[in-house]
Amino acid sequence: MNRLVLVIIGGAVATAALVGALAPQVNAQSGNVQSLRGAVAIPEQGPPPDLKKQNTTSGRFNRAYRQQPPMVPHKIDHYQIDLRVNQCLRCHDWPYNVEENAPKVSETHYMNRDGVALDHVTRSRWFCTQCHVPQDNARPLVRNQFKSAVEVE
Amino acid sequence: MIDHRKSDDSPGLLVRVWRGLARPSARYSLGYLLAVGVVVGVVGWGGFNWAMELTNTETFCISCHEMRDNVYAEYKETIHYANRTGVRAICSDCHVPKEWVHKVVRKVQATNELYHWALGTIGTPEKFEAKRLTLARNVWRSMKRTDSRECRNCHEFDSMDFTLQQSRAQIRHAEGKQEGKTCIDCHKGIAHRLPAGTFESAQRNGPR
Repeated sequence: MNRLVLVIIGGAVATAALVGALAPQVNAQSGNVQSLRGAVAIPEQGPPPDLKKQNTTSGRFNRAYRQQPPMVPHKIDHYQIDLRVNQCLRCHDWPYNVEENAPKVSETHYMNRDGVALDHVTRSRWFCTQCHVPQDNARPLVRNQFKSAVEVE
Repeated sequence: MIDHRKSDDSPGLLVRVWRGLARPSARYSLGYLLAVGVVVGVVGWGGFNWAMELTNTETFCISCHEMRDNVYAEYKETIHYANRTGVRAICSDCHVPKEWVHKVVRKVQATNELYHWALGTIGTPEKFEAKRLTLARNVWRSMKRTDSRECRNCHEFDSMDFTLQQSRAQIRHAEGKQEGKTCIDCHKGIAHRLPAGTFESAQRNGPR
């Protein structure tokens, strides 16, 4: 009885060792999956990403779907958006937008979460750059076949 | 009538000094006295201006914590502190005129700042925030009155190449020139954070 148990345990251990030795090594390039890190081993340091220039077009960027927050086509470096002042609204809020010829902030921004219409931009929409971003001349991180809402149909 | 004049035996201090100065020199030649006078004059004038320039250094300005912790900290995030070319403007470049007469006038006005420093008028962040709009409007007013003289220390408007500017800058600068605007009309907040109520204040009190 003792010898049988010993044989069974020994067989199990041997099988496990065999399977462990023969199984493919799991690493960052397992199969076809590669992380954004690329073919760089964990202890190594890869090349830094390229410096990017902001894409400042005249006119507007095409949006991918109706509700997408429009993207910023001009430079906004150092624009002050804090509790005291919002410099974006200096051109994009009424009545300034008229003389500045800038797109007016959407009416949705004047309604607070209780549906009350306000005379100023509601505080939950105060920090523009949480949703409205400038664009860089950057390549897509991963090759993809993204289609906008218009192209999909 | 009572004779108030002191007798020649015990003259007052002022009289003694005056007599000493008015007497021609017995020991020193005219040339020697002139040379000494010139040297003293140069040292005195140079020393005066050196001391004035000392009060124009960044170190001096931020020796007050009111400046160091508020406006200097904000200025460090702006383009006048660090930029592509490394050409900087420090406190005195924008707030102290370069021409001697205007500079001296500003320095005399600065005694008001010493007074308020002693009082601690903006000694805490809360006190500073409460006065921020007032202080900002003071500076804007004086810049408007001098047609942004300190901006023009470095930024020569007629030497601006519009073709090298962004489209918005091109349009605005051309417009500004036509409408007779000055730098500070549009470029508020270029070096320090804007106070609450800036745009409303500008609407009430002046263009842009």
